[in-house]
Amino acid sequence: MNKLFILIIIVALGSMLYPLVSSFDGNSELSSLAQFYAQPDNISKVNSPNLVTAIVVTYRGLDTMGEVTILFLTAAIIAFFLKKGGTTRTLRLNSEIFKTSAKLLVPIIVMLGVYIFINGHLSPGGGFQGGAVIASAVILMLLASPNTKLKHNFFEALESTSGLVFVGLAALGALLGLGYLDNAILPLGEFGKLFSAGAIPVIYSFVGLKVGAELSNILNKFQSVQSDK
Amino acid sequence: MEYITLITGFLIILAGLWAIMTRKNIIRIIIGFVIFDTGLHIVMVSIAYVRGGTAPILDGSVSIADAAQKIVDPVPQALVLTAIVIGLGVTALMLAYAMKLHQEKKSLNIESFKDLKW
Amino acid sequence: MSFLIITVLLGAVMLAMAFIAIYHKKLIVAVIATGALGLFASILYLLLAAPDVAMTEAAIGSGLTTIIFFYVLNRIRTDAKEEENEA
Repeated sequence: MNKLFILIIIVALGSMLYPLVSSFDGNSELSSLAQFYAQPDNISKVNSPNLVTAIVVTYRGLDTMGEVTILFLTAAIIAFFLKKGGTTRTLRLNSEIFKTSAKLLVPIIVMLGVYIFINGHLSPGGGFQGGAVIASAVILMLLASPNTKLKHNFFEALESTSGLVFVGLAALGALLGLGYLDNAILPLGEFGKLFSAGAIPVIYSFVGLKVGAELSNILNKFQSVQSDK
Repeated sequence: MEYITLITGFLIILAGLWAIMTRKNIIRIIIGFVIFDTGLHIVMVSIAYVRGGTAPILDGSVSIADAAQKIVDPVPQALVLTAIVIGLGVTALMLAYAMKLHQEKKSLNIESFKDLKW
Repeated sequence: MSFLIITVLLGAVMLAMAFIAIYHKKLIVAVIATGALGLFASILYLLLAAPDVAMTEAAIGSGLTTIIFFYVLNRIRTDAKEEENEA
């Protein structure tokens, strides 16, 4: 009976969504906002080949800032919930092969993450993806040797420093009279080179470090309450 | 192509909603939220698609001059990019709550949490 | 045309994954199905010309989310076992 009621609600919602599908006839050209971003003048003003990066860091930089703040907030609440109790942990030991190969792989994965966020303005990728890759390197390290104590202070210091540098670089644009989060505070350089697009690679690198540190912190919190039986 | 992905996205949203409303296990409700998230992202990316467009990254095949004719809409993609990362944070938060609730009541069934119900 | 067939197949597989995630008896299989749903979604994003979103979804949606789910499942299993031992 209850399920029937829910089914009716879902079907009603589906029929409310149906006009959205039937009135959607596909885009044959860009929306006017995107056309503004894709004008040759505006592209050469930002000078970043990856337009998604240009939007995430410059045009919609405030969204990114808010997003990073939300991530920080969730990490803080999770740390508050999963405070380490006085329970003793019994952890299973891993095989030697796994441990050794993890030691070999972790630096390479971290390097891949750094590569992804440094090249964020040239190729697909950027701070969020690079940060996630770094966090996956940390999780591999934690899985291989569960007794590792991550240097908590280091991650927190890295996270707060990156956040401060992000906000500072954004405010510097306003102080120089260019506008908050403008990327022209550094020289724009040649289109398509690594050192180009002004402050975008710098800001995105710090976003990547911040996201990587925050995700590592969350994963470490969840790992620190594990115990195998 | 974008019609099919749009319809798939809406169906996945409805599946997630169904899971949220009918399942009793808290972990399964959280899985429902993750499914809902994925469906929403698919809908947003399919709305951004332009027929015959390429990825919004300029290189040898797409020059600056004809960018506006060839690329797909980058704005919803940028929004989805941040939404996915927030989704992970929110999922982790919900799971931490679920762990705490299980420590309190030793149960994951949503029916056994009736303290606020009268 | 081949893109169309791939899209239809991917959509069908994703709906099947969502069904498994909702209705499979074992919670572990449900979590894996959720991760697989994210992975297929990332292929769909690639077809929709969104490589940035595809990378993020593959790394976060199907990688880290699944790991966190497993950590929580393991913790809950340990709690339940401790309960049994005490009783």
